[in-house]
Amino acid sequence: MSGNIWIYIAVMAVVTYLIRMLPLTLLRKEIKNKTLRSFLYYVPYVTLTVMTFPAILTATGDIRTACAGIVCALILAWKKQSLPVVAFVSCVVVFIAQFIVGLI
Amino acid sequence: MAEKKETNAFIQGLRDGLPIGLGYLAVAFTLGIQCRDAGMTALEATVMSLVNVTSAGEFAGLAIIKAASSYLEMAFSQLIINLRYMLMSFALSQKADPSLGVGHRLGIAFGVTDEIFGISIGRKGKLEPAYSYGAMAVAIPGWTIGTALGVIMGNVLPASIVSALSLALYGMFIAIVVPKAKEDKHVAIICVAAVIISSICAYAPVVKDISGGSRIIILTIILSLAAALIWPVKEEEN
Repeated sequence: MSGNIWIYIAVMAVVTYLIRMLPLTLLRKEIKNKTLRSFLYYVPYVTLTVMTFPAILTATGDIRTACAGIVCALILAWKKQSLPVVAFVSCVVVFIAQFIVGLI
Repeated sequence: MAEKKETNAFIQGLRDGLPIGLGYLAVAFTLGIQCRDAGMTALEATVMSLVNVTSAGEFAGLAIIKAASSYLEMAFSQLIINLRYMLMSFALSQKADPSLGVGHRLGIAFGVTDEIFGISIGRKGKLEPAYSYGAMAVAIPGWTIGTALGVIMGNVLPASIVSALSLALYGMFIAIVVPKAKEDKHVAIICVAAVIISSICAYAPVVKDISGGSRIIILTIILSLAAALIWPVKEEEN
């Protein structure tokens, strides 16, 4: 770590708070620009996807257990389970998959 | 009467915030483990979670701290990854009473997370500050304490549990994206494209040298802009 950790944290906090705070305090009208609205609409899903893939494949240290967790998460998310349920059950599946992989 | 109504809203916020706080506790625990791996102390990680309260943002921030990238890259990554909060903040500004004071707006803004936004926007009527504060009063401590516990206790857990828990954050991301992709096929198409392109970029020659943080920013901008131009969102979808 070459940078100062507290400066990193301060930069994160200030930028994140400004993003949350500025529209709510300054804007009382809707954004009209269609492309900007559409861009903002897609951003959360695209960014979460590129953060997840391909990093998730190596997260557990074994691609086979990671895939077991991914399949579980996809199925539960498809069935609209809550965020903590999807996260927790996927972890349990990875945990079990580790033992199965160990037996093979 | 007004005071009683406010108390009720606060208690409702506490109640609706409780499952969120418990979920945060568990997910933040895995974030704490990753903070420890990145070389952060319990104090640093706990303060980071207290002042940021964002899974994806902190997660991306960790990658930047680990890679010792510049402060500018940190600022830019937070801007892009947390851009969805700006959209949520816009949405909340439409739900707030025009007479709502700046003080309350500043307070509510601090607690704009995917889940608190979800319950706030889903609630009938105008935005009630007391309700938001109630939800924040359980969700933020859950997130902060979870992070602290992850740093402190992460190393007493067996390796098999730690590696299993490392999937938790990604599981949560999948749980946000998939239901949306199911109801909007354009989101589904762009996200499948994102999986393929992101994976290629991570392993293909030349482009694989781009840092993880930069790859996330660049791909998010290009793919979201492409989707916005190909499939502009209709009013009611936003």
